[in-house]
Amino acid sequence: MTGTLLAGLADPTLDSQRLFRAALEALSRPGRIVTLPDTLPDGPPAPLMPATAALALALFDYETPVWLDEVANTPAVCDWLRFHCGCPLVTDKAAADFAIIAGALPDLSDFPVGSDAFPDRSATLLVQVAGLEAGGDLRLSGPGIDGDISITIKGLPDTLPTLWEANQSLFPCGLDLLLTAGSMLLGLPRTTRIDRRKE
Amino acid sequence: MSTQLPTQIPTGGYNFAYLDEQTKRMIRRAILKAVAIPGYQVPFGSREMPLPYGWGTGGIQVTAAIIGPEDTLKVIDQGADDTTNAVNIRSFFQKTTGVATTEKTREASLIQTRHRIPETALSEGQIMVYQVPIPEPLRWLEPREGETRKMHGLAEYGVMQVKLYEDIAHYGHISTAYDYPVRVNGRYIMSPSPIPKFDNPKMDNSPALQLFGAGREKRIYAIPPYTSVKSLDFEDHPFEIETWDGACAICGATDSYLDEIVTDDTGGRIFVCSDTDYCGERVEAGHKGADDEEKAA
Repeated sequence: MTGTLLAGLADPTLDSQRLFRAALEALSRPGRIVTLPDTLPDGPPAPLMPATAALALALFDYETPVWLDEVANTPAVCDWLRFHCGCPLVTDKAAADFAIIAGALPDLSDFPVGSDAFPDRSATLLVQVAGLEAGGDLRLSGPGIDGDISITIKGLPDTLPTLWEANQSLFPCGLDLLLTAGSMLLGLPRTTRIDRRKE
Repeated sequence: MSTQLPTQIPTGGYNFAYLDEQTKRMIRRAILKAVAIPGYQVPFGSREMPLPYGWGTGGIQVTAAIIGPEDTLKVIDQGADDTTNAVNIRSFFQKTTGVATTEKTREASLIQTRHRIPETALSEGQIMVYQVPIPEPLRWLEPREGETRKMHGLAEYGVMQVKLYEDIAHYGHISTAYDYPVRVNGRYIMSPSPIPKFDNPKMDNSPALQLFGAGREKRIYAIPPYTSVKSLDFEDHPFEIETWDGACAICGATDSYLDEIVTDDTGGRIFVCSDTDYCGERVEAGHKGADDEEKAA
């Protein structure tokens, strides 16, 4: 590790709190795009986006094994996560509590989805996407949403509704997603239904 | 890593909000999973707090994990802002976070409660934190944790319906008056904490996020906003809330939950709103109590 290591949160206590509240807002009100506060003095290590990196600092620690996809798995990211979070980095998806997905969506079936008795023992995936916009062709409904809400997610496969249906059918087991784009965040808990709006 | 708290935040020598950062992260992760699985009790590593179990340690830990300098905190105990438990928890957070506190339901962003939901309707952006003594609604019917966990996993809730049925067979009605079991999002049966069943309908489709913390039992659970919360009942014995013939002696409210207060040792008693903020607001708005109106007449 040389002088290239980027700084962590400027204020570890209050910044973590703000970031967590944003994550809580996103997961408890799916479909609402939350903008995270600017908390990284040096910016995120490439190829992480500001939102992804900030959430990692707020949520990861030595208790949470983290899986990185091929794109995110760079020495800079690994060193940064190890130094600031102290989290174990694992190569086995089944061992991960969190995952950072910066490239194409991998096969989701290997991540832990919990068990009927302990559905909370499931992975939370931080997925970087090209863009998030309010309004659009994806209609979300379920707990946390008053009626339904439309959004656009850029950079995820068109098969997302089908993929997500498979995840939903596991309920109460399942994966929870935090989608990031720049400093924006969208929560997709396992309870959210996704339909493609038919014109 | 040293914490750089702005100097204007006095925290009484403790970390912001008392708990250490690693504990807060652990609780925060549990809260996120709780929100993702509405009504499911997430186990968490409950810490020793500077007050005994049973005094709201679960609620305090949840509040400590989420509270920030921008929050305005309200704490109620059975609806009242001025009772021992509420006063002490409020001053605990004043000391350890320096956040603004209020007694007004409307002004609060964070409301920690023991056994009541405010009468004033909650709004988006507010978070309710409930103190929970026994988080497991099936515990009195099945003492084994392994079994209740299996029952939740398989949604095998027949035993709860039988219990409610037995009430009807014995008393002609469902006799549970508080901690009345609910079904969240059509799946998990959940204990709403010992709120009167009068408050159960307020949980259904609430715009506020509701979090529940049980410190001794080490469980956290949640109801996201706009989530269906149905009190269990039968088609021919639908769920009903309590009603009163009288009105509040102070503000004359007939739509709020009333406490009976003994006023002397000769059997004198009055009924007053359990929600002190609601009662106070009504008095300020010029409403008169049932007693005052009698005197005036």
